[in-house]
Amino acid sequence: MSMPAEGTPARADGASVDPARRRFLALSLVAPAVVALGSCSSGPRAAARAPVYFSGAEKRFVDAATARLIPADALGGGANEAGVTDFIDLQLAGAYGRAERWYMRGPWPTGTAQQGFQLKYTPAQIYREAIADVEAHCQQQYGKPFAQLAAAQQDDVLHALEGGKIKLAKVPAKTFFALLWQNTQEGFLADPAYGGNRDFTGWKLIGFPGPRYNYVEEIEHFGQPYKQPFVSLVGRDPGAHQPGEA
Amino acid sequence: MAKRLPPVDVVLVGFGWTAAIIAQELTEAGVQVLALERGEFRDTVPDFATDTIQDELRYAVRKQIFESPERETLTFRNSADQTALPMRHLGSFMPAAGVGGAGVHWNGQCWRFLPSDFEIRSQVEQRYGSKFIPEGMNLQDWGVTYDELEPHYDRFEYLCGVSGKAGNLAGTKQPGGNPFEGPRKHDYPLPPLKRSASTTLFDKAAREAGFDPFPCPAANASKPYRNPLGVQMGQCTYCGFCEWFGCGNYSKASPQTTILPVLLKKDNFSFRTRCNVTRVNTDGRGKQATGVTYVDIDGNEFEQPAGMVVLCAFAQHNVHLLLLSKIGTPYDPQSGQGVVGRNYAYQITSSVDVFQKEILNPFMGAGALGQGVDNFNGENFDHGPLGFIGGGYIALWNTGGRPILQHQLPKNAPKWGSGWKRAMHDNYLTSTSIATHGSVMSYRNNYLDLDPTWRDDYGNPLLRLTFDFQPNEHRMSDYLTEQATKIARAIPGATHHAKKREGHYSIVPYQTTHNTGGAAMGADPRTSVVNRYLQSWDVPNLWVMGASVFPQNAGYNPTGTVGALTFWAAEAMKRYLKNPGPLVTT
Amino acid sequence: MSARTHIVRALALGLAAAAGAVAANSADVARSSPGPHASVEHGRYLVRAGDCQSCHTAAGGAPFAGGRAVPTPFGTIYSTNITPDRDTGIGSWSADDFYRAMHEGIARDGHHLYPAFPYPWFTRISRDDVRDIKAYLDTRPAVRQPDRAPELPWPLSIRGAMAVWNGMYLHEGTYRYDPRQSAAWNRGAYLVRGLGHCSACHGDKNFAGAVDQDHPLEGGFAENMYAPALTGGKRDGLGQWSEQDIVDYLGRGRNAITTAGGAMAEVVEQSTQYLSEADRRAIAVYLKSLPAPKDHQVASLDDDTMKRGAALYLDNCEGCHMRGGSGQPGAFPALKNNSAVQAAEPDTLITAILQGDRVPATQADQTALAMPAFADRLDNQEIAQLTSYIRNAWGNHAGGVDAGDVGAIRKKLRKSNH
Repeated sequence: MSMPAEGTPARADGASVDPARRRFLALSLVAPAVVALGSCSSGPRAAARAPVYFSGAEKRFVDAATARLIPADALGGGANEAGVTDFIDLQLAGAYGRAERWYMRGPWPTGTAQQGFQLKYTPAQIYREAIADVEAHCQQQYGKPFAQLAAAQQDDVLHALEGGKIKLAKVPAKTFFALLWQNTQEGFLADPAYGGNRDFTGWKLIGFPGPRYNYVEEIEHFGQPYKQPFVSLVGRDPGAHQPGEA
Repeated sequence: MAKRLPPVDVVLVGFGWTAAIIAQELTEAGVQVLALERGEFRDTVPDFATDTIQDELRYAVRKQIFESPERETLTFRNSADQTALPMRHLGSFMPAAGVGGAGVHWNGQCWRFLPSDFEIRSQVEQRYGSKFIPEGMNLQDWGVTYDELEPHYDRFEYLCGVSGKAGNLAGTKQPGGNPFEGPRKHDYPLPPLKRSASTTLFDKAAREAGFDPFPCPAANASKPYRNPLGVQMGQCTYCGFCEWFGCGNYSKASPQTTILPVLLKKDNFSFRTRCNVTRVNTDGRGKQATGVTYVDIDGNEFEQPAGMVVLCAFAQHNVHLLLLSKIGTPYDPQSGQGVVGRNYAYQITSSVDVFQKEILNPFMGAGALGQGVDNFNGENFDHGPLGFIGGGYIALWNTGGRPILQHQLPKNAPKWGSGWKRAMHDNYLTSTSIATHGSVMSYRNNYLDLDPTWRDDYGNPLLRLTFDFQPNEHRMSDYLTEQATKIARAIPGATHHAKKREGHYSIVPYQTTHNTGGAAMGADPRTSVVNRYLQSWDVPNLWVMGASVFPQNAGYNPTGTVGALTFWAAEAMKRYLKNPGPLVTT
Repeated sequence: MSARTHIVRALALGLAAAAGAVAANSADVARSSPGPHASVEHGRYLVRAGDCQSCHTAAGGAPFAGGRAVPTPFGTIYSTNITPDRDTGIGSWSADDFYRAMHEGIARDGHHLYPAFPYPWFTRISRDDVRDIKAYLDTRPAVRQPDRAPELPWPLSIRGAMAVWNGMYLHEGTYRYDPRQSAAWNRGAYLVRGLGHCSACHGDKNFAGAVDQDHPLEGGFAENMYAPALTGGKRDGLGQWSEQDIVDYLGRGRNAITTAGGAMAEVVEQSTQYLSEADRRAIAVYLKSLPAPKDHQVASLDDDTMKRGAALYLDNCEGCHMRGGSGQPGAFPALKNNSAVQAAEPDTLITAILQGDRVPATQADQTALAMPAFADRLDNQEIAQLTSYIRNAWGNHAGGVDAGDVGAIRKKLRKSNH
C-alpha cells in the first residue's frame, strides 16, 4: 500500500474512506513510513524522511516555524524532535489535507466570526498558498527565507501572522497561523502512531502515559503519580514496531 | 424514478437510541419493523475495540466517529438580518451517523429532568407572575408530567445500567444523593462509580461552599451488569475515552450494549445502512404517511411504503425532514404562526478552570464520572430576584485527560513557545475544570427553516439555523459561573480561571450536542408539532422521537429524558396500532 | 468459523473403545414422558443435546439438509441430508434402518458411514431415544438435496475400509447402567459418553482418529483449538469447579470462574443451553467423579519472558481481563486459575489472541461479548511471551510457548480462513 497522492479526489460516493475497523491499516501506513530509515538499528530514530506533500522549501518553513512554536529547551524536545513536520506532512497528504469530510460547495461569501470557516481552500491548499506568501514577505522584509532568520525575527513574523498583521494573498494570516498552531499541537500530542510525538516527546512533557484501558486501582491512589511506561496504539516502541508481521 | 419496495408495518428513520428502543418495543408487540440508517453498521468489536479506540486524533480531533458534513450540513446565522452560511465542518455540536447514533459516542451522563421542567410555564407564572416571562420567549409546558414519565425513566435507567445514588426515593430524601431530584420509585440499578482525585476535591469544596454535592448519574457501569433484556455490560475501567469514542469493554450504555444483541436476532426486525431518507411520503390529502423515500449509497432512490413512520434521527434532521416533506405548518418568525422549526433551543455552558498542586491524573476517568451540585437548577432556587428563567447544574466531570483537547492552561500562560511548554508541563496533571450546564429557553427569533441558497448532495435545500443566546441565558449562565467560582475558591491552594460564555453564540467552538426543538411536543397544536405522545398532530401515523420534541431545553443532558419519552411514546404506539387514529383529539 | 469447527471436532474420527461397555438397559437412563407429541418433543430435545443441526446444515442451507464440508486430516467429508425427503433424505428409512445407522454407522443401503458422523458415541443411545430422534426429524420440512461424495484418498475412499476401522475401534452397544453409581451419575455418563460425544473434542486422538478410551476426557485437539481436560485436575481440569459451576457453564456459557469461547461457545449456544437443569447437573455429577490424572511437570519460565509478557498484558489485556487476570465474573473470563489457559497445549489461548473470541449468547445472557483479534497488532514473539506469561502468572502454571508455536498456528488459521 502507498500513501494516497495529493489531489486524489474524494470518493464520489462520499463514503467514509477510512472506517474505524480498518484503522490499523491506516496506522500501519504511517508508522513504518516514518521510521523506515531508523528502525533497523539502535541509532537515532529522528532520521530525515522525504516529505509526501511538502516541497523542500515548505518543509524548511514548517520545520523552522514549529521549532519556534514548540522549541526544544530545558524541559525537553520540541516540535522538531517530536517529528511534528512529518506528522503535518502526512496529515496534509491524506483525507484531512483534502478536506474530504468538509462541506465544500459554493458560493463562498465572507461571514462573521461566529459562522466559522468559510474559505474554499483545503488545509493542504492553505499551507501551500500561505507559506509561499509568508516566504515572499520574509524575502521582502529580511532578504532571506524564514528558516534562515534569527529566532527573534522568526518570532516577530509568527506574532504578526497570529495578529493578522501580515497580509497574505488568499488566506487570512490569522487563519493560517491558527491552523499551523493547531496542527503543531496535534503533532506534538497525538499518538506516535501518526508520526509525530516521536519518542513520546509531547506526552513526556505533560505526563500522559498513552492509551491504557484500566485504571480501576490507580484512580483511587489520590496524589500518586502513575508509574507505568509510555505506550502508543502500536506499542511501547512505536518507532520500531511494525504491526501485522508474519 | 424511485423503485417501490414491499411494504413494512413500521419504518424508522435512523437507527440510534430512539430507534433501537422503538424497534425493541414494537417487535415485542409482534409488529414488523425496518430501520433505515444513513451511516454504517458498528459494533463493539471490531469498531470500538480496546486496542484501537483510544485514538484522540482520529475520533475526537478529526471527528471520524461523527456525521460527516460533506454531503449535507446546515447553514447558520445569529439573527434573521444576516445571511446564513454553511457549517463547513463540525464545531459547536457533534451529531452522529451510523448504527447506535450518538449513543455510541456520548459520555453517558444520564439525568432525569426536574418535575418543574415539564411544567415550566405554569410554575413560572405561579411563582413569579406572567410578567416575569420576557418578550419573545416561547415558554411552554410539555403536555406530559414527570410523574407520567417516572416509570419510563426507570425503564431507561435499568436498560442502561445507570450508576448513581438516589436522592429521593418515593418522596423520602436519601443521604448522599441529589436532594433536588424528583421522587423515584427505585434506586439506580448500580452503585455510583469510584471517585477520582478531582471529583473528591470538588465534593469537599462544594460542601464548604454550602452546596449539596452528589455523584452524577452515569450510564457507565460501576459493576458488570445484566439488564432486563438479558443484555450484558462489563465494568467501567476508567480509561478516559468515553465521549467522542465508542466503548471497547461494553461498559458504556449504547444501543449496542443494551438492546441490539436481542433486537438483531428477531425475525420481525431488519435494518439497512447507508440509506439516507429524503422524504416522508403522504397520501394526496397529506393526512396519512404512506412511507418514506430514501437514497442509497450509490444514489439509487427507493420508495419504502410503511403503515407507520417514526422519525428517529438527530434533532435537526427530524425537523429538516418534516420541512422537506411539507408536513405540518412551517414556522414563520414574522407572524409567529406555524410550528415546524419553532422552539429551537440549545444549552449554555461555561467553566471555571482550577489549578492546584496535587497530582490529579486527569486521564483516569469516565464519561459520566462526576460530582455535581443541583442547587441552581430549574425551580430548585428562587431566581425571582436574579431576573432570569431557568438554571443548570454545576459539576466536575472527570471524563479524561486526552492531551490535545483536554488540558487547561492558566489565563496568563503564553499561547505558544517555551512559556506554553512550561505551562503544559506545570498544569496538565494538576489542573481540572468545573463545568456549568445551563438551560436555554425557546424564543421567537431562534428557529429552523430551509435555506434559500445552499443544497445537499440530494439536491435538497439545507436546513437553516437562526440562533443566538439571549440576555436571560447570559444572566443565568453568569450566575451559575459565579456559583461555580465559589466552589473553585474553596479548593485549598488553588487558583482559578472563570470562563464565562460571552457574546453571540458561535458555531465554532465545541459547546454541547444538546440541540433541541423544532418539532415541539405539547397540548396545543398551535404551538406544537406533536401531541403529548409524540404523534404528529397533522399525520397521525407519523411520530417524532428525540430532543427535537423538547419545547425548550432544561439544565441537564437530554439523553435520559429522550429515553424516557421514547418508552412513553412506544406505549402510545402500541395503543395506536390496535386502534389507529389520533390519540389526542383537538 | 461457526459450526465448522464444531464439525471437525464432532468428526474427530474417534472411537469409543468403551472397555467394559455392555449392552444396556436404556430405560434406566433415557427418559420418556407421556402425551401424544411426547416423542417428537423429546426427540427435539435430544437432537439439540446431540447438536445434530450444526453439522447437518450447510452455511446458508436448509436445516438438516446436509452438505456441509467437514475437513478432516484425511480429506473432506460432506454431511448428509437427514430431512424426511424420500429420495435424498431419510424419509424412506425405517426405525430399524435409522437405529442401525446410529448404532453401527451403516446406512440404509448397507454402505458404511464415515465416523465423522459420531456413531462411535451414538451407539450408546437407547433404542427409545433413537426412535424419538427420528420422530422429530420426520417432522422437519423435507428438502431434496442429494448427498455429496466424500473427497478422500484411497484406501479411505473405499467405504468397506470402515468395516476394518469399526472392527478395530467401534465398540457398539447401548449404555449400560452402573448400579454402584447414582441415577444422576448414570444419566450424566449416558449423555457425556453418548449423545453429547464430548470426548470427540475433549479426548486425545490416535493416528486413526480414534479417541483414547483409557483417558477419554483428558483434553484433545479440535481443529485450531485444544479442548481442555474435563477430568479432576486442579490446574487444567475441572478440579476447582463446583457442580454448580458446570451447570452454569453449560446453561449460560458463563460461571463464576470463566466463560465459554471458541468452538465451545457454539456448543453452548446450539446445544447445552437447551439441556434441562437436571441433565446439566447430571453431567456435572458425572464429570466431577472423574479422577485427576497425574500432574505433568513443566519447566518454570525465565524472568525476562515473564517481564515482557507482563508488559504486554498491561498494554493489551487489562481493559477486560483486569489486573491479576481476575476477569469480570459472568462477562470477561478470569485468566487466573483458568483450566483452558493452563491446558496441556496452548493452542486455544493462542488462537483466541490471534483471531479474537466471543462468549456465547444464550437465552439468559444475550450478549456475545467479543474479544478483538490481535493478529495484526502483536507479532509471534510477543504473542509467545504474552501466552507464556498468562499461563504462568498469578499462580497459574503451564508450559511456555515460543514464537514458532505461534507462527504455526497463525499459518494454520490463515489457511483455514481461506
